[in-house]
Amino acid sequence: MKNNIKYLAVLALGLVACEPEFDNPIDEAGVFTSGEADFSNYVALGNSLTAGFADNALYITGQENSYPNILAGQFELAGGGEFTQPLMADNAGGALLGGTQILNNRLVLAFDANGENPGPAIYTGATPTTEISNNLGNSFNNMGVPGAKSYHLAAPGYGNVAGVSAGLANPYFARFASSADATVIGDAVAQNPTFFSLWIGNNDILGYATSGGVGVDHNETGNIDPATYGGNDITNNNVFASVYNDLLAALTANGAKGVVLNLPDVTSLPFFTTVPNNALVLDASTAASLTGFFQAVTGIVTAQLAGAGVPLAQAQQIAAQYLIQFNEGPNLFLIETEVTATNPLGIRQMTPDELLLLTIDRTALAQGYGSVVLTPEVLQVLGILQAGGTPTAEQGLLVINAISGIEDGDALDSTELMAISNARSSFNATIKALADANDLAFYDVARDLVQAANGGIPFDGGVITSDFVTGGGFSLDGVHPTPRAHALVTNGIIDAIKQTYGAALPSVNPGDFGTVTLSNDVN
Amino acid sequence: MKKLLLLVLFALVTFVTYAGGYRVSVQGQRAIAMGHTGVAVVNSAELVFFNPAGLVYLENKLNVSAGASGIFTDVIYQNSDLGISSETDSSVGTPLNLYGSYKVNDWLAMGLGVYTPYGSEVTWPTDWAGSHLVNNIELAAIYIQPVVSIKLSDKFSIGGGPIFVTGSVNFNRNLNRTLTDIEGNRSNITVDDSGVSNWGWSVSAMFNPTENFRLGFSYRSEIILEAEGGEATFANFPDSSNPGLPQNGTTTFNAELPLPAELTVGLSYQFHEKWLFAFDYNRQFWDVYESLDLTFGNGSSSLNPRNYQNSSVYRFGLQYDATSKISLRAGYYIDESPVQSGFFAPETPRNDSQGFSGGVSFAITPKLAIDASFFYLRFDEIDESYDFAFDPVTQTTTSFGGTYKSSAFAPGLGLTYKL
Repeated sequence: MKNNIKYLAVLALGLVACEPEFDNPIDEAGVFTSGEADFSNYVALGNSLTAGFADNALYITGQENSYPNILAGQFELAGGGEFTQPLMADNAGGALLGGTQILNNRLVLAFDANGENPGPAIYTGATPTTEISNNLGNSFNNMGVPGAKSYHLAAPGYGNVAGVSAGLANPYFARFASSADATVIGDAVAQNPTFFSLWIGNNDILGYATSGGVGVDHNETGNIDPATYGGNDITNNNVFASVYNDLLAALTANGAKGVVLNLPDVTSLPFFTTVPNNALVLDASTAASLTGFFQAVTGIVTAQLAGAGVPLAQAQQIAAQYLIQFNEGPNLFLIETEVTATNPLGIRQMTPDELLLLTIDRTALAQGYGSVVLTPEVLQVLGILQAGGTPTAEQGLLVINAISGIEDGDALDSTELMAISNARSSFNATIKALADANDLAFYDVARDLVQAANGGIPFDGGVITSDFVTGGGFSLDGVHPTPRAHALVTNGIIDAIKQTYGAALPSVNPGDFGTVTLSNDVN
Repeated sequence: MKKLLLLVLFALVTFVTYAGGYRVSVQGQRAIAMGHTGVAVVNSAELVFFNPAGLVYLENKLNVSAGASGIFTDVIYQNSDLGISSETDSSVGTPLNLYGSYKVNDWLAMGLGVYTPYGSEVTWPTDWAGSHLVNNIELAAIYIQPVVSIKLSDKFSIGGGPIFVTGSVNFNRNLNRTLTDIEGNRSNITVDDSGVSNWGWSVSAMFNPTENFRLGFSYRSEIILEAEGGEATFANFPDSSNPGLPQNGTTTFNAELPLPAELTVGLSYQFHEKWLFAFDYNRQFWDVYESLDLTFGNGSSSLNPRNYQNSSVYRFGLQYDATSKISLRAGYYIDESPVQSGFFAPETPRNDSQGFSGGVSFAITPKLAIDASFFYLRFDEIDESYDFAFDPVTQTTTSFGGTYKSSAFAPGLGLTYKL
């Protein structure tokens, strides 16, 4: 018997020896390395981009495809530890507070019954099950908080669930804030990270941009008290620099290494580039009648000004700005502007660089919003004018009121674009300077978004662009990246880490990551 | 006894066969032990498979051989650029074979064989990196063949017979690299069919120039298994009216899988009273496997270029009759893969390999012997890719590759009875 066991042991050894093994297995130590960095406890800080927010919601698969989670998967091959995330309860997105829904479900790409006209729609296949007031009870490696601006990360009470309904606190942070007066940075540092990533500042501009610039630019006001800022405001450059400096100081206090990302140009997001500002496409006769319409407007305004005592020559000169020529084909829309003595109608044609928001009512655009709403009554007045008659003041007003310029909240005009651009340049200069000063890895993600918006970024299954729905880079809200774009960001970060810390890390294949999700569960 | 066991173990440590593509060379315990040679070896009823012409030279009136092997295969995969690795679930195939022959008179013998020369069983982790090519596959083909063996002279005989094949397939893979339903479950397709049958044939000849020297020839025809109206299940597709996407549910599928023709020539030489040497050369006509094309009842289809090339196997075997009761065998072979570079699909991840085999027969009585065999197939690791992964949603073709390494080993047990 003893002998038999011995032979069995020999046989078993023989079987084990048959197992295939690579000459250089990648999971063996030394193949992938962390260089000067230490990935054993990686903590990610940021906003919705870091959290994995997409399709206007936070949901599980989006979180699983967040760049920090993908990155942590690669870190695992080089000494990285477990990476935890405050996963939502479902893939519907949306959330409840005290049982009442306060956040919308995600968007999905729905086709109509004929399999045509794909477009984003709110998913209705399931009701949200994430209850904001259920605190998850601990901190997570992914500390990304959707909606957070730079100064929010250091704001006590930002995760106080009691303040959520009043808009004083963030529902996403409320789910995992360690206490009512906890700060995001405090909870991050308390985890004693050995490595961190910081991508913050996008919302310091984005809220202003997505509101069509209805907020306040605090570089103009000089207000440096963020406690007084509104959600749609642009953060003051000095506030940003100070907050960013403090965040990095806290994160590097224990000697942790990290990577920081700069801020891409929000105006190249599909949210701003999908609806063209010259989508007023006219045939020859409509163009002629619109041109005629504005000749009439010019006449009416001249008469009104003269009637109000403005010298005729001056009245004619002011009114001449409304002699707008429309041509067959695409024309730039009209936009509302401030009513002044020099622009009494408060209307002008858009300039080619000005942008319309994705959320603009496109049905209204087709019906005259952005140009003229020609009612039968208006046409009647135009007929009088063409016949050489003189309309009454009331009839003149009817014509003037038919002009329907695009409202401020639906567009970004040149001034607003300038405010956005100036703030971003300043923020990015701060980020780069502080990255250098702290010897951190720096990823110029702004450059890659420029590439995506101008020709695209090739991958093994085609090209990733910023085109809405079809480009593969952006989710259905037109602002947040797809899993595939998160993969690109991950690769950018990996390159920066390799360069700065001498790490050896594998990249990921963007082609293995999806884009938008289809569903017809949209009622 | 102890010596005997050591001897057995020694024989077991050097081992046998498998072959390229989805050919599985385990058609006889005695042959396996000798590197799966046998076209010119007159030894047992295994000749029904190896060379029916030789049956008529068997000394006994009735010969029966039955056996089974357990095939343990492992394939590992890694891509060092992407840091991904995977490993198949060690699958265990159990090919069986059963042969019988009866000598009607001095010049005529009849036989019947049941064997499984083609099959494949590969199970990768579900949703692994290559899941758009295969999650798991199970192919099996059972050959049932009556044969006749006619002695034209003491030096020359011919044989052959019709082959009835019944096959089955179960194959699952994801539609592409990314499509999921709302919950993130990968959209996938399973095809399943069994009882797919067809007919083929084999012919063979044996020439014995001297008492100790034999030459053999055998040819087995190609058989195309045509699955018609098999069951295809589409699962985890998004609930969408997108005209480019199939709906969830069950539909039918049609597909063809060729079981290639095989030509074998070989020799055996009894160079000593106790020693026999055998050599077989197999030519496998894999070029018939150009593409695996599936058409589904819901109008979608899947075209998968394979472009296999004809391949050769060189087999060497040795038999030593240690005592009147014990025969020891060993073998070696070189197996060329039919898979061309750029067509290396993880569903049959085979590159060139070397086989080592060994075995023993122990005669319990003069009539009944136990045959044990073992083979180990050694593959070099290989950097390869499949460059024709077509995504039906984006209409793009991508490549999936990395480093592969396979191994297979198979212990087998059988009985030989003669009367």
